[in-house]
Amino acid sequence: MSDMAAQPSAPAELPSAKTDWLPLLLIPALGLLALPFVGSPSTWVTLTVAGLAMGMMIFLMASGLTLVFGLMDIINFGHGVFISLGAYATLLVLGPLAGWATADSIGLNLALLALCILVAMGVTALAGAVFERVIVRPVYGSHLKQILVTMGGLIVTEQLIHALWGASPIPIPLPQSLRGAFVLGDIVMERYRVVAVIIGLVVFVGMQLLLNRTRIGLLIRAGVENPEMVEALGYRIRRLFVSVFIAGSALAGLGGVMWAFYRQTLTAGMGMEVMVLVFIVIIIGGLGSVGGCFVGSILVALVANYVGFIEPKLALISNILVMALVLIWRPQGLFPVARR
Amino acid sequence: MSTSPALSLAFDETRRRGGLLTGLLSSDLPRSRALSFILLAIFVLLAATPFLFSGSQPVGTAAKICVFIVLVASYDLLLGYSGIVSFAHTMFYGIGGYGIAIALERISPTWGSVAIGLVSALALSALLAVAIGLLSLRVRAIFFSMITLAVASAAAVLASQLSDITGGEDGLSFQLPPALRPAFRVLSEPVFGTMINGRLLAYYLVFVVSLVVFLLLLRIVNSPFGRVLQAIRENEFRAEALGYRVVAYRTAASVISALAATAAGALMALWLRYNGPDTTLSFSIMIDILLMVVIGGMGTMYGAVIGAAVFVLAQSYLQVLMGAGSAALAGIPLLPNLIHPDRWLLWLGALFIISVYAFPGGIVGRLRQSKS
Repeated sequence: MSDMAAQPSAPAELPSAKTDWLPLLLIPALGLLALPFVGSPSTWVTLTVAGLAMGMMIFLMASGLTLVFGLMDIINFGHGVFISLGAYATLLVLGPLAGWATADSIGLNLALLALCILVAMGVTALAGAVFERVIVRPVYGSHLKQILVTMGGLIVTEQLIHALWGASPIPIPLPQSLRGAFVLGDIVMERYRVVAVIIGLVVFVGMQLLLNRTRIGLLIRAGVENPEMVEALGYRIRRLFVSVFIAGSALAGLGGVMWAFYRQTLTAGMGMEVMVLVFIVIIIGGLGSVGGCFVGSILVALVANYVGFIEPKLALISNILVMALVLIWRPQGLFPVARR
Repeated sequence: MSTSPALSLAFDETRRRGGLLTGLLSSDLPRSRALSFILLAIFVLLAATPFLFSGSQPVGTAAKICVFIVLVASYDLLLGYSGIVSFAHTMFYGIGGYGIAIALERISPTWGSVAIGLVSALALSALLAVAIGLLSLRVRAIFFSMITLAVASAAAVLASQLSDITGGEDGLSFQLPPALRPAFRVLSEPVFGTMINGRLLAYYLVFVVSLVVFLLLLRIVNSPFGRVLQAIRENEFRAEALGYRVVAYRTAASVISALAATAAGALMALWLRYNGPDTTLSFSIMIDILLMVVIGGMGTMYGAVIGAAVFVLAQSYLQVLMGAGSAALAGIPLLPNLIHPDRWLLWLGALFIISVYAFPGGIVGRLRQSKS
């Protein structure tokens, strides 16, 4: 189980962790495998870019959840409501600044998107702090109660969204210059998806840098491995937990904004709908692993796109099939977290 | 398999003392006067509803309570007794409903097709439950919750997309076997002002089957098998160390619970003469079940009875109350929205959270405590 711990530790210099390449190779292998089935290369590129964009959005929504689980051993079934909340928070910006969305200027449009993201992250961070304090804190340590209580939190918050913004779906327009697609020869790439890929990559790289190159990242990783030890060394692990929870909620808010502009409709249940994918992704990735979550998101989204093109009926259950196959191959997920 | 001598002695003692009733209830008595009274009242009311109330709504509500008692009790076998959270319970419920609906619609409205539909639905449920259990419980119990959620949502999508088989979003309406149709008369004269017709027979079919399945579940949780489940819930590691195969027991529990849910789905379809995604498969029903189990009381089968009765009644009648309250507060910002009739889940959700924190035993736990 814990093959990491079994390795003898070299005293002089830290042993570099062996990178597990196999799951990473899955993505290009999958792409190549799909190419002959799809047929035309231009369609393949279109499908792949669309799949990557979808994968990035799922990653944005899932990363917070997997981090919270990895560090705090808390499974938050209410995570989906932060996605919805982030999506609805865009209304706070889109309401007063509706002109920016229709303006024919890339600068203003992107500024609007950035502002939406900032506000949404602020709102969900705040909501996350409250959620942690009121809903989650009393049930640290018991998975069963966590699932129940966070489900309860989900129900209540969803209903509050209904009470605040009304129960009917709200259409939101995509900013003017993000509509349409880039066309390169036969290849068609929707602009918004390209933006989503870029934002997803930035967040992923940022998270990797934060986790692997900074002091706080070191503490977080140490906390995942052994919280008692970190506490014994004099760090306030509780404060670290809470900030990770808040950061995770804010990431869900970011994902919610991206998801909302992608769907262009707001419903309170939208977060819960996408949570199914999110759970599949974090199970595939190995609960608690950010890298696994990234690979899992892209894997699931690509498979869904390819299968949807090749055999549409099968696409309905392709996610489940991917999950089943991965779990048969590696029961703990692609990148198992060493602890437990 | 040995329980402690003192415990088994007490167990035998109650069994010897109690007569038929204790036997029927598997020696798991309500253990509280108030609880016994409420359960008895629910039983009598459900048994006599067609004769006590006129109109179709009360009977419909009563039938719904019966079905939900089975559904919630079977869920409690997982949640309360085995300590694992499944989100696929509505999938099994839906399989039961669709089994009956498809068989009666496509083959013929006879008892033969009821049997075919029920048996194939039960077989499919058992198969799926085993597959899910082995795939997820083998690793960690927490996977189970997420995987069941994923599988259940895939099942819901499948049911709405494969419209050739399931009727898609519209669902399937079908004819019942002749003996259960309203036009079927058993007696030409009404008894106590109620016509003894096929509809009444259908109600009592639902009532009796629900009662039998409930008693069966009560028997299962009070069997040595049920004790092992509770041991696993309390301390998985220790149970494994004592030699019980945790995965096998948990998978068995999830299969039993799936079978009971399938039966409940079949009953619901028979009663409604219709089955569609919204009546049996939707995620909101899953949330309803969770609320019922927790509010009624986890880990007691009687909690299912009370939870289902309270919840279905609240669903039918609380909204009227909230509508009145909302109208009375019109003009104040936000407040009318909070007690708008459509927001009733908000309050039940809050009650749910409070129950998990403050009364883990739910209503039943509360009643049993106040006795002593």
